[in-house]
Amino acid sequence: MTNHWIDLKNSDVILAMGANPASNHPISMKWIMRAREKGAKLICVDPRFSQTAAKADLYAPIRSGTDIAFLGGMISYILTNDLYFKEYIVNYTNAAFLVNPDFKGPSDLDGLFSGYDADKRKYDKTTWTFQMDETGVPIKDLSLSNPNCVFQLLKKQYARYTPEKVSGITGTPLDKLLEVYKLYASTGTPDRAGTECYAMGWTQHTVGTQNVRAMSMIQLLLGNVGIAGGGINALRGESNVQGSTDYGILFHILPGYNPTPNASLVDLATYIEKTSPKTNEPKSVNWWAHRGKYITSYLKAIYGEAATKDNDFGYSWMPKIDVGMNASWLMLFDKMFQGQFDGFFAWGQNPACSGANANKTRTALGKLKWLVNVNLFDNETASFWRGPGVNAKDIQTEVFMLPCCSSMEKEGSITNSGRWGQWRYKAIEPLGESRPDAEIINDLFFKVRELYMKEGGAYPDPVVNLSWEYGEKDSSGKIKHLDPHAIAKEINGYYLEDVYDTKVDPPKLIGKKGDLVPSFVFLQMDGTTSSGNWLYCNSYIMKDGKPVNMMARRGKEDPTGLGLFSNWTWSWPVNRRIIYNRASVDPQGQPWDPKRPLMNWNATKLDAKSGKPGVWEGDVVDGGGGPAGTEKGKLPFIMKPDGVASIFGPGLAEGPFPEHYEALECPLETNSMSKQRINPTIKIFNDQADAFYSCDLRFPYVGTTYRVSEHWQTGVMTRHCSWLLEMQPQNFVEMSVELGKELGIANGETVIVSSGRGEVKAVALVSERFKPFKVENTTVHQVGLPWHYGWQFPEDGSGYDSVNLLTPNVGDANTMIPESKAFMVNVRKA
Amino acid sequence: MGVSRRDFIKLSGGTVLVASLGVNLDPAKAYAKDLRIKNAKQTTTVCPYCSVGCGILVHAENGKIINTEGDPDHPINEGALCAKGASVWQLANNETRVKKPMYREPGGTAWKEVEWDWALDRIAKLVKESRDKSFKTVSKHKVKEKLADGTEVEVEKDLVVNRTEGIAHVGSAALDNEECYILQKLIRSWGLVYVEHQARI
Repeated sequence: MTNHWIDLKNSDVILAMGANPASNHPISMKWIMRAREKGAKLICVDPRFSQTAAKADLYAPIRSGTDIAFLGGMISYILTNDLYFKEYIVNYTNAAFLVNPDFKGPSDLDGLFSGYDADKRKYDKTTWTFQMDETGVPIKDLSLSNPNCVFQLLKKQYARYTPEKVSGITGTPLDKLLEVYKLYASTGTPDRAGTECYAMGWTQHTVGTQNVRAMSMIQLLLGNVGIAGGGINALRGESNVQGSTDYGILFHILPGYNPTPNASLVDLATYIEKTSPKTNEPKSVNWWAHRGKYITSYLKAIYGEAATKDNDFGYSWMPKIDVGMNASWLMLFDKMFQGQFDGFFAWGQNPACSGANANKTRTALGKLKWLVNVNLFDNETASFWRGPGVNAKDIQTEVFMLPCCSSMEKEGSITNSGRWGQWRYKAIEPLGESRPDAEIINDLFFKVRELYMKEGGAYPDPVVNLSWEYGEKDSSGKIKHLDPHAIAKEINGYYLEDVYDTKVDPPKLIGKKGDLVPSFVFLQMDGTTSSGNWLYCNSYIMKDGKPVNMMARRGKEDPTGLGLFSNWTWSWPVNRRIIYNRASVDPQGQPWDPKRPLMNWNATKLDAKSGKPGVWEGDVVDGGGGPAGTEKGKLPFIMKPDGVASIFGPGLAEGPFPEHYEALECPLETNSMSKQRINPTIKIFNDQADAFYSCDLRFPYVGTTYRVSEHWQTGVMTRHCSWLLEMQPQNFVEMSVELGKELGIANGETVIVSSGRGEVKAVALVSERFKPFKVENTTVHQVGLPWHYGWQFPEDGSGYDSVNLLTPNVGDANTMIPESKAFMVNVRKA
Repeated sequence: MGVSRRDFIKLSGGTVLVASLGVNLDPAKAYAKDLRIKNAKQTTTVCPYCSVGCGILVHAENGKIINTEGDPDHPINEGALCAKGASVWQLANNETRVKKPMYREPGGTAWKEVEWDWALDRIAKLVKESRDKSFKTVSKHKVKEKLADGTEVEVEKDLVVNRTEGIAHVGSAALDNEECYILQKLIRSWGLVYVEHQARI
């Protein structure tokens, strides 16, 4: 979330599209409803009349997989009716930038952008660039009239997205579509704030990233980013999926979103040089220019004293991916399916139910030599060898089921969707012989290291040089019990030497050796500081000479009334509650909306440190420097090299503007927007296990997946709770009354839902909540299933199996997140 | 004056209550004294399910959690919880939790309980075997090189990768931040690059 949960109360219009907060983030509704009490409107756009729709002022149905058509139509509506916030987009986005005249878009190339290579399914992005002036800064046309400026190119591409055309694709009734456009676009004035809540409903598509981008562009056009009550808010699905992403448990990133080194980044200097963006824009903060400080401090945190200037701070010990290598989820299981891996850890996750095309995953598990499953409960992954249709005697995998304890049986922090790092305490000892995950990790560290110290082996250096100073050691040198505070402090980072500011004469002491670093602005590139995750530097700091855990704070002050709660726990970065917050003020630093001031520039007040006039008041300002319109002032989008937000975004695989493509499996022969039916840059797996069936009479209905309030993810942590299981005991498939009638299926009957990859039993839930869609003059039926069930529990199989047996093995072109929200199925009586 | 249940319990410890409310709450006080949490140790936690991050009070007595409820001081949930958050008590009091490590041998048809040390020793050995066997020091890449005369040519070169190709990992968005940090630290030290978790799906 750019903003945070409580901030929803500051909105005038809340759009829930790609999410169902009432079911999946129930307490968030407290803040949505509080906004409504003050007159705000809630819009829900969803294929189904969801629980959020039931609370909404306006509901519009949409066929799964057509969000870009819907949002592209909204962009067109905003531009055609001059409803955008002109001063905001001219000053704070690249709307005025002139694009390379050779650039061509979908309106010129029938759905493609310039540079497409059909054989490689990839773009050459040479023309997706800006025209530069002699100083190397993009040329701008502040009048937004040059035909090559971003604004005009945007207009040109989305002129094709007329309400009639969009309605024909999405199946949204025209009047509802226009009502949504009108209401949401009303937030384009400085005194109104609109926010968007999305979740897996947007990401689990082959165009997932572009779904989010399309909405981000709308938020920029309306001036809704960086303000209270605005933003783009990803409602994340797990209690610490934000934190675990911040900590880089993904193939492509290290903690703090530093890219995983690849083979071409041969040493630390090259890594820093190639991954630190450069800019000639004098007003850009260009925060990632600090990359070198963050990666060096990370290496010092993980290797400690073993990392020295002479050995490049241990950079060569880091594993490297090949250039262009993709080791993401679908690729990982494809490699496992091909037999590449001996060993596999499923740590607090249940891939046998959670990933797309679960049959392929389950088959792949059988090709492992060993599998370690760490969980509170036995699950479909640990027990795959005794699953449906599997003969245990044929499975040669050695399997370990290691019991970890629950969150109430250990101590540490988690980070919520609003980026608040919150500390939890241990209430009781772990149940039975279960252990905190940290203790299991600790044991594995010492046991593997001991083997390498005794026996040697392949490249032992990174194993034996890892620093591990987290508590009291026993006589063998092993840490008895990990101290979570010691880890949290290592994450925050220390001054490893006395650090001086050498720019002043005489050099001034900034930090004392052994002290915690107060914030990432003090991290160094020469190895004199450590920080396990620069984003969390400031989460554990020195106050009056003593370390203070900021994540454990419980201050309830709310002086602005905006609900920032700056003294309650801690938010990254540096306790900033709303990111890009300097976009909430005009170029002179005054709030766009004086009634909802997040911060302001006080030009006359003297700065306590420098003694010069000019200070920011309010939320912790994003980046340093004065407002953009002042001398030496800074632009608000500090993570972007240009200093402004990218309405034209050349970074993504399928184009700098989102374009509507159909899902890989869809009910239509053609895409009425262009001749490109599907995303031209997705990876198509060609194995039999990955079969796809589009426009195939055997699978005539659109299928989608979702969650219910009473269960969570694959259900491992909820199916085992009797209260929750009683409320939602088994898998169901929700369908319209019309489809039920057509199939002769009554509410409550047991049915079988099938796709090209598998089938699953479900109870028919025939309801008014789904309505058939009128798409291109034909009727399209959609059905939906929750994905919380699995064969292993309840043990009598009464919950039925995972809906991911149906979902396709295809991913978004940028993230490789599987398309679990739009695929084709059939339904028959059991 | 609004009094939440927790404030009420806090207040009910002394005579302040009567003074501040101006009413006699003795009967209610008597009731509060009998609450089953009166001797319990109270700690705070954050809900382990979705990402809203609701605060929960946990009451434990004799090493057992006897009550959980929404933390009324928490600014996000203000004491409220959804069905899952309200059931969190059942995660700690649950007969189906695995209480001892379990092992299933190749071709085996049942789990058997094993000791932690045995399981972890065995896993450590397997990690080392698989790592040593699949460790890749260099990988072939086509790179552009400048010749002495300034022309650029593409040559195949071995570039250092120092990675383990035979072990993969998925999870975990369910771990604490401190655990996530040491987990990624550990598995990367073993050379793993096939490292993924819930954010990808």
